[in-house]
Amino acid sequence: MTTGTRTPVPVDLAPLRSYRRRRGLLQVACVIISAFMAVPIYLIAVAAFSTRAGLNQFPQPFYPANFGTETMSTFLSSTGITAGFINSMTVGIGTLLLSSLVGAPAGYAIARYMFRGKDSYQLFLLFTRALPIVVLSVPLARVFLAAQIYDRPVAVILLHSALALPTTILITSSVFLAVPVDAEEAARIFGCTPVGAFMRVVLPLALPGMAAASIFTFVMSWNEVLGATILTFSQRTLPAQVLSSLADSPLAYRFAGGLVLVIPALIFIAIMRKYLLNMWGTTIR
Amino acid sequence: MLFLFAYPMVEGIRAGFTSDLTGALTLDNWGRMVNDPYFTRAVRNTLLLIVVVIPVQFLFAIIMALLLQAKPRGTALYFYLWAIPLAISDLAAGLVWLSIFADQGYLNSVLVGFGLQPFSWLSYQSPGTQFLAVAMAEVWRATSLVLVIIVSGMQGIPKDYDEAAAVLGANYWQRLRHITLPLLKPSLQVALILRTILAFQTFAVAQALTGESFPLLVGETYRWYSALNNSNVASVYSLVIMAISMITAVAYLRILRDQSRQVAK
Repeated sequence: MTTGTRTPVPVDLAPLRSYRRRRGLLQVACVIISAFMAVPIYLIAVAAFSTRAGLNQFPQPFYPANFGTETMSTFLSSTGITAGFINSMTVGIGTLLLSSLVGAPAGYAIARYMFRGKDSYQLFLLFTRALPIVVLSVPLARVFLAAQIYDRPVAVILLHSALALPTTILITSSVFLAVPVDAEEAARIFGCTPVGAFMRVVLPLALPGMAAASIFTFVMSWNEVLGATILTFSQRTLPAQVLSSLADSPLAYRFAGGLVLVIPALIFIAIMRKYLLNMWGTTIR
Repeated sequence: MLFLFAYPMVEGIRAGFTSDLTGALTLDNWGRMVNDPYFTRAVRNTLLLIVVVIPVQFLFAIIMALLLQAKPRGTALYFYLWAIPLAISDLAAGLVWLSIFADQGYLNSVLVGFGLQPFSWLSYQSPGTQFLAVAMAEVWRATSLVLVIIVSGMQGIPKDYDEAAAVLGANYWQRLRHITLPLLKPSLQVALILRTILAFQTFAVAQALTGESFPLLVGETYRWYSALNNSNVASVYSLVIMAISMITAVAYLRILRDQSRQVAK
């Protein structure tokens, strides 16, 4: 009874407990949402790496019980997939180069020289981004037919650049805004030409943001289906190829195609995580 | 820019009003579009999808952003997982959900596991579940865009307001209602306009999940252009889509601006 001589100070544990409970609930909620986001991707990966016999099994096992690369390799070796991959790459890189070459100077101009009508120009850019792709691609298909570049990667590059330019300009202008003018002026004072100052001071500082913008452009081009399908006939990009052979292809083909189209997204977001918020945050206002 | 935007638009308007056989000015294409049995269903499906999906996405995205705001352990990982669908095309999203909703897919496997009857979710005989599947895939795919915009908007709000309100005794819901949401309004507005306009362009999801039996406006444009080989009617469709999305965007801007003016008064 030695401890009984002093009355213990009553500690109110209720707030601590409710705090712990709330943190616990928070984690549970986050895990549930993450499961909703991640499980479909996991499932398509399992489906794409099942053997054909495994895919016909019912009920489907939820773990790779029938692991096999048969489905995947059949998809990869079917007609138009390799060519589609090469076309997608060509179009993606072409779009990236063209839209950076045109978009970066425009973004720089908006950021540095606050020319008149800047607000309305930004509004216009937002509207062009809102323009449905079909609206552009159906008439463009006629134009390209007349110009004899229909069904070539160049046609798709032109369309995708037009679609990507508004975004590229907005992102690059916000990137250049983040580079302090003082640094550029200091370089000028020390005897740089305007071009020199741009190349030696502004460009290195702006490069990470520009890289983010161009990856964004690439992914947009990689994902775009409708315009690419309308503008090509035999020289399909990868998604266009998958879409146009969708109706008459077995489920295995579709699952493998789905996974192949998802993988770049995983890599893209992993690289871009840091820039995502900045990009959307600053460009959109 | 002029060549790639203005010219196609003029050309598209012209194509919509000319006959594909004679080249004369005509309204026939409009008649063909409206009388097509798929047209009304496409309009209805598209609008219904927007009305159902967008509020769900916003509710979801706001909840997700608030959860991230509370900084649970592993925030970075959660944000990565939740942002992945941002880079997934709608075709890929449709194919991903196809593996779940297909007749021998994972959803039916779960049902059988619980001793229930499997159900043909994507059959044209049950438009209700078709709609459900497409809506599900859309919520999964496009909530991340709203999330990213809202999270970046939240980071722009100074913590001081929230703390001041907390000191003055406002509880969590009051702070959310009177501090966070009003300050978030510009971001929500942008997200709303962008999402709605993009939602009008949804089509590959439905194409991948249900084929032709769940028509959407853009899907119909594609069908008229490629399967039926009539680019004039396709142009009419694209003009309709453009008109609806422009009207919606302008209406949003009007309504939201009027509200903010009233608040200012």
